[in-house]
Amino acid sequence: MAAFGSLALLIALALAAYNLLAGAIALRLLATGTPARISPERLADTARRAGIAGFVAITAAAFALVWSVFTNDFSITYIMEHSNRALPGPYKFAALWSGQEGSLLLWAWLLATYGFVLRLTHKSDVTLHAYAGTILAAIQVFFLTVLNFAAPPFSLLNGPAPDDGNGLNPLLQYPEMVIHPPMLYLGYVGFAVPFAFALGALMMRYPGEKWIKITRNWTMVTWLFLTGGIFLGMHWAYAVLGWGGYWGWDPVENASFMPWLTGTAFLHSVMMQEKKGMMKSWNVWLIFSTFLLTMLGTLLTRAGLVSSVHAFAESPIGTWFAVFMGLTLAVCIFTYVLQRDHLKSDHHLESLVSRESSFLFNNLVLLVACFVILWGTLFPVISEYVVGNKVTVGAPFYNRVAVPIGLFLLFLTGVGPLLPWRATSLKSIRRNFVLPVAVLWVAVLACLAAGIRPWKDGTFDGGSFYALVAFAISAGVLTAILSEFFRGARVISKQTGHNLFAATYLLTRRNTRRYGGYIIHLGVVVIVIGLAGAAFNRSEERELALHDKMSVGPYTLQCVGFTQDANLNYNSEYALLDVYKDGKKQFQMTPEKRVYLASQQPQTMVAIHSVPNWDLYVVYEGSNPDTGQPIVKAFLNPLVSWIWAGVAVIVFGTLVALFPSLSPATASLRVPTARPVPTEPVLRSGD
Amino acid sequence: MATLLQFPAQPATEDRSMQSGSTALKARKTGFSLWIKSLQAVGLAVVVCFSLGATDPGARFNDLGHRMMCTCSCAQLLGECNHVGCSFSGQMRQELSAAIAGGSSDKEILASFSTKYGPTVLAAPTAHGFDLVAWIAPFAVLAAALAGTVLLIRRWAVNSIGAAQDAAAVEQANQDPEARALHDKIRRETGGDGGF
Repeated sequence: MAAFGSLALLIALALAAYNLLAGAIALRLLATGTPARISPERLADTARRAGIAGFVAITAAAFALVWSVFTNDFSITYIMEHSNRALPGPYKFAALWSGQEGSLLLWAWLLATYGFVLRLTHKSDVTLHAYAGTILAAIQVFFLTVLNFAAPPFSLLNGPAPDDGNGLNPLLQYPEMVIHPPMLYLGYVGFAVPFAFALGALMMRYPGEKWIKITRNWTMVTWLFLTGGIFLGMHWAYAVLGWGGYWGWDPVENASFMPWLTGTAFLHSVMMQEKKGMMKSWNVWLIFSTFLLTMLGTLLTRAGLVSSVHAFAESPIGTWFAVFMGLTLAVCIFTYVLQRDHLKSDHHLESLVSRESSFLFNNLVLLVACFVILWGTLFPVISEYVVGNKVTVGAPFYNRVAVPIGLFLLFLTGVGPLLPWRATSLKSIRRNFVLPVAVLWVAVLACLAAGIRPWKDGTFDGGSFYALVAFAISAGVLTAILSEFFRGARVISKQTGHNLFAATYLLTRRNTRRYGGYIIHLGVVVIVIGLAGAAFNRSEERELALHDKMSVGPYTLQCVGFTQDANLNYNSEYALLDVYKDGKKQFQMTPEKRVYLASQQPQTMVAIHSVPNWDLYVVYEGSNPDTGQPIVKAFLNPLVSWIWAGVAVIVFGTLVALFPSLSPATASLRVPTARPVPTEPVLRSGD
Repeated sequence: MATLLQFPAQPATEDRSMQSGSTALKARKTGFSLWIKSLQAVGLAVVVCFSLGATDPGARFNDLGHRMMCTCSCAQLLGECNHVGCSFSGQMRQELSAAIAGGSSDKEILASFSTKYGPTVLAAPTAHGFDLVAWIAPFAVLAAALAGTVLLIRRWAVNSIGAAQDAAAVEQANQDPEARALHDKIRRETGGDGGF
């Protein structure tokens, strides 16, 4: 199977190279109108078909690796290092992305899958799809070259194959790890599609904004995957790492967050281009940056430039990524400089206080947030280079710098939708802002009354201060969004006689993109409320003898036993804790610590009891070697479940936004495909 | 703030006397200076609050534990390192407790840990030397970006033909059912399905 996999990868490389070369030649012939022996249209179609065949070849390679994991083929180095016989089935799938070679193969396969769908749907605009397909082929050539020559997943062990493998990293043996990495990669890789369309549209001087409409759903789905991937990662960190938190500002976490920020900025500013023909250059560079940031994250961690708990071992593929990024950037700059006159805005902003400017400020703050994270991630390297001292840039830095910027962004989330297009007046501001501002101040007073005060006993509490600000702004933004729904629904209710709920549904169906966007903003507010709860986390740590008790918040935990268990894959120790509230037994928790047999590595399995107010989060930290008694750490983490609920709202909002709006009965005209530039012959779909 | 907001000119049809305009201007100026004073007071309060430090030993332990890293390569804060059998965090926490009990200031404790374990033990850059750049750069970039954007929009607004149109007219166009219907029709027929 190793030989089959290697051969499939080589064939895939050859097909991708053909797709790139034939596609580039065909597009050049079409652009210049040079006569050739072979018809450029047919050449371009063979390139497209090679891309489709490449998908089959990469799928075969991925299948070969998964097959090798399931058949315990430990003659393959990768399988020996990342699997073992006792590994449960679902985690054998996870072995595909648990190491560098496998994760690169997954990346290439996902890229091929996106390319496959793109090439099958080419008839909506054949020429633009040919450009995008060729650019995707160039990216694919890079990944397949790395897979074939720098990080081959099918390399064989020297000497005889061992009976069993080293096993999967215990941290990855958790259900979410079967979903989180592929989802994150779907997000990373997916941004290659809008990037390819943007670069292709710029290369061919595509008329109008139709390329944005073609890529809109791609971008939103990709953004949804990235969002889901990031939050699944947070939940995994929360449930597995056992330190009571969900985000540690680790370079790999930062690497996933940066393209999310620029991608979010793109999703907002692209509406300006669609509606007003503005910010064309800005949008092109946003999507270029988003794609480059997906690569930068990989470069940072795989080149060993920054230390991270997630980092793969330092390897030469960092250089490959650096060269690829450099080339990509050069192509982007060259194309932009050559075609920048094509990106002139149709309109300019007319007022500082308008919907357009709120989009611009929103973009600006998102980009500054991205810069802050990039700056913090790279500063250790910069400091070492400039003054010779490596420093740590951890959570305290980001909490002080990124949190205020995030709160400003939340504020803009509320302000933007309340501003009319083009310009506004004081009257309009008063009308739209009175209620949200009033609610904001009521929230401040309510928080102060509830004991959330930025100062306690003469000392300033930064966490409480930010939480107070976050709760207050969230209340204001929530009111602003709900009042937008209410205003629209009331009008429809008057027009149609429906009740407000039915009118809200109809309102949303009539403009799914707008109201789906508002629902996403609601989700963001809910998440911020959940994040702000972290300011009030409490924890207690104790060694518990039998029937000993410990308290955290309103809960009392009583140790009723601790025991050991064994299975084929791991041995475990766990404590049995009865949990009391108001003197009554509520439930039992069993925090666990496992030691995996193959790797001999320990792993925490946190016990979590989640209610809307808080999470009771209990970690079994092991037993005291002197007394043999369990050491238990219990956290009371307020509002954590709001974060996960907010993500669900975001997913729902995105699905709503992806859903086509209700077409009024009077409007049934379909927009014809934009005509290409007159100087360039048009590609026809393949036979 | 008033200098940042640029509202379009009042509608020409509005009839206002000079006197009422002057009174309104005075009232606006008074209101504006009150706003500035309130902002200054809030700013001062925030600065004072930030300058106060934790005094309770437990709070100090927690605070300092979250300003240093565990040196066991776990990339976790000292206050959060939870590895069973970690040979670093236990000892470091004991040292921290001893230093607090011994009456050392936060600055002295952080300096002594930095000397003993190296500068990477500090979870964030310090506020002096080249480290200061780490703190200044984000806010400098934010300020420059905001200022640049404001200047750019103002320049566009001055040059724009649309700037001559007043807000009321724009709003009326936005609110007027016929204008909205026409706008919606145009949008439908040009393929846009909405958006913000």
